Amino acid sequence: MTNLNVVVCAGIVPDPLQTLDPVQTGEKPGLRNEMMLPHVLDPWAGHALYEAAELVKETGGKLYVVSIGPKAKLQQVMMTIAQKVPFQLIAADAAAGGFSDSKQIAVQLAELVKQIDGLDLSNTLLFGGWESASRGAGTTLQMVGEILGVTDQFQGVDKISLNDDGSFKVLERIEGGKHLHSSCSGAPAVLGWATGYLPEPPNNPQIGMTNMRTIMPALQQAKPADLENPELTFTAVELPKQKRDTKIVKDISADEIAQEIIDWIKSK
Amino acid sequence: MSKILVVTPVESDGTLPQAAGEALGAAITLKEMLEAELCIGIWGQDVDMAIENLGTDAVSSGFKVEGEAFTVSRYASDAAACEAICRQAKADIVITPDSVRTNRTIAGVAFRLNGVSDTHITEFKIENGDLVVSRWHYRQRILAHLKRSQRPWFISIESGVFIPPQGDSKVPSTEALSVDVNDALTRTTVKGIETPAGDEQTIRPDAELLFVAGAGWTKKQPDGEVKAAQAADIILEFLKESKSSLGSTKSLVDLSSEGAAVLPFMTQLNQVGQTGSTPRHDKGLATCCHGEEPHVVGWRFVNERRVINLDPNCGWAHGKADVLYVADAFTVMQKVNELLGNQ
Ligand SMILES: Cc1cc2nc3c(=O)[nH]c(=O)nc-3n(C[C@H](O)[C@H](O)[C@H](O)COP(=O)(O)OP(=O)(O)OC[C@H]3O[C@@H](n4cnc5c(N)ncnc54)[C@H](O)[C@@H]3O)c2cc1C
Repeated sequence: MTNLNVVVCAGIVPDPLQTLDPVQTGEKPGLRNEMMLPHVLDPWAGHALYEAAELVKETGGKLYVVSIGPKAKLQQVMMTIAQKVPFQLIAADAAAGGFSDSKQIAVQLAELVKQIDGLDLSNTLLFGGWESASRGAGTTLQMVGEILGVTDQFQGVDKISLNDDGSFKVLERIEGGKHLHSSCSGAPAVLGWATGYLPEPPNNPQIGMTNMRTIMPALQQAKPADLENPELTFTAVELPKQKRDTKIVKDISADEIAQEIIDWIKSK
Repeated sequence: MSKILVVTPVESDGTLPQAAGEALGAAITLKEMLEAELCIGIWGQDVDMAIENLGTDAVSSGFKVEGEAFTVSRYASDAAACEAICRQAKADIVITPDSVRTNRTIAGVAFRLNGVSDTHITEFKIENGDLVVSRWHYRQRILAHLKRSQRPWFISIESGVFIPPQGDSKVPSTEALSVDVNDALTRTTVKGIETPAGDEQTIRPDAELLFVAGAGWTKKQPDGEVKAAQAADIILEFLKESKSSLGSTKSLVDLSSEGAAVLPFMTQLNQVGQTGSTPRHDKGLATCCHGEEPHVVGWRFVNERRVINLDPNCGWAHGKADVLYVADAFTVMQKVNELLGNQ
């Protein structure tokens, strides 16, 4: 299909190598020093972005990234992502994090998609990560689809293949390390991506410079988004209590270790 | 009085999926906590066998949507069937099983009913008269307890936490609902299930033991050699003998896609952790895996954890494993295979 567009809904999350410590900030929980933590593009949304970039190369359509996050953090992440693939950013400024309600996020994301100038939804695929690394709920994209009236939806997607008539094949992850193979008659559709098969593209400063010309104004124009939900209350947030007493076994023979492992595997 | 609805599709053979049994078990617990009424909604080609074999007498009424269009796992038709059931049942709490199929659908259906949804719920409790549910945030790193005043509240439970009922079945009186199968429901056609090519299936969700292989298996060993082929043999032999499920680290999976010395049977579906899976097994054995946090968060639901690593100071040593064997995994696993083979 020619000129098929892709809109990627992509949040940002703290770098997973950082220590995360929950704190109560006013009504809602948050992370200690959240604004100081380096952030990255939500990993599965990142895969969605790289897959989308390949797809629009094929179709000649446009690639949009829709994101909600604290402006300063969005800017930090975009400096890196902008170097990867060409896209247009549409952003809203809000303290979105793991304790924001996915319904509020979905409503705001759908609003941003509606604001994209001249976007023909019937010729557009909506991408994102199937679960975020913050809430990990897998619910946001479903609701974005519902709000926009898109009821062909796929989650845990590892592959899409377009046909000349606009139809496409999708592989979705299902239980037991298998894939469900479906065929959809065409856009619009929602695809929540798992890892896909594409590696992360290398940095390309040229693409970065071109992207930043539109990304900076988009960030400046990012309006505050209201994510409040008085009907949701976190009664407590905590780190896992259990830290194991690791027994470190050195200086015994491989035979003895093997026997211990066998005994352990066989024990009930 | 509160009304709880359990919704689920049936398997293609008409039986209730294991995860749906767990959802029913969770709903029975909740029914007792809230002194609520419990009903069930099921969709699929033919659902009577499932309704007749619930394993409980606690369900007071049922709803069903039947037809060929509702056999396959497809968002549009699943959402339409589930929506019809939920509208008719008018429950304030909807419990759904932890399956890819229902998790793909419930947030959309909740939205249609002007409700809310939470997935991966591991616990219910009552605090000051309110229902509070628990779930993990930041990929199993922070446990949160939350409550909502909005209804209907769709709650998808995490698998392996609740036990399916195993009592005598009392068949609830069941209302058949009809759903218009229009073109919008069938724009997508399900073609089938694809299993990984080549070697036998290495991911076994029901296995007692998770065996994780890390990038160390393909790295230069203390004697200066890379022994990927030998590693592949040892691992496959162990999987065959122990019937365990194979997990991987991201580094090892990434190596495979970069064309480095690799284990040919390892795919990204094996990856455990932050951007992989969070499998549920009684025991886990990690080998040649460093135990970095983004990997270990995927072990949240693995109870007993043992590790073989050359490095006494690897990530696992710091309260993440029960036992760390400081040893060469090649030697130890070969011995383990010999012992297993002799038994
Ligand atoms: C955004 C993001 C997401 C991520 N998501 C994930 C994820 O989902 N899953 C994941 O696994 N990682 C994830 N990571 C990567 C993670 O941080 C680690 O880099 C990765 O888990 C390391 O893999 P490894 O332990 O196999 O490799 P290495 O760190 O290379 O460790 C190899 C280990 O093998 C040991 N070893 C070598 N030879 C032997 C031998 N003969 N016997 C015994 N031991 C030996 C070494 O001592 C070493 O500890 C993520 C990282 C980021 C930034």
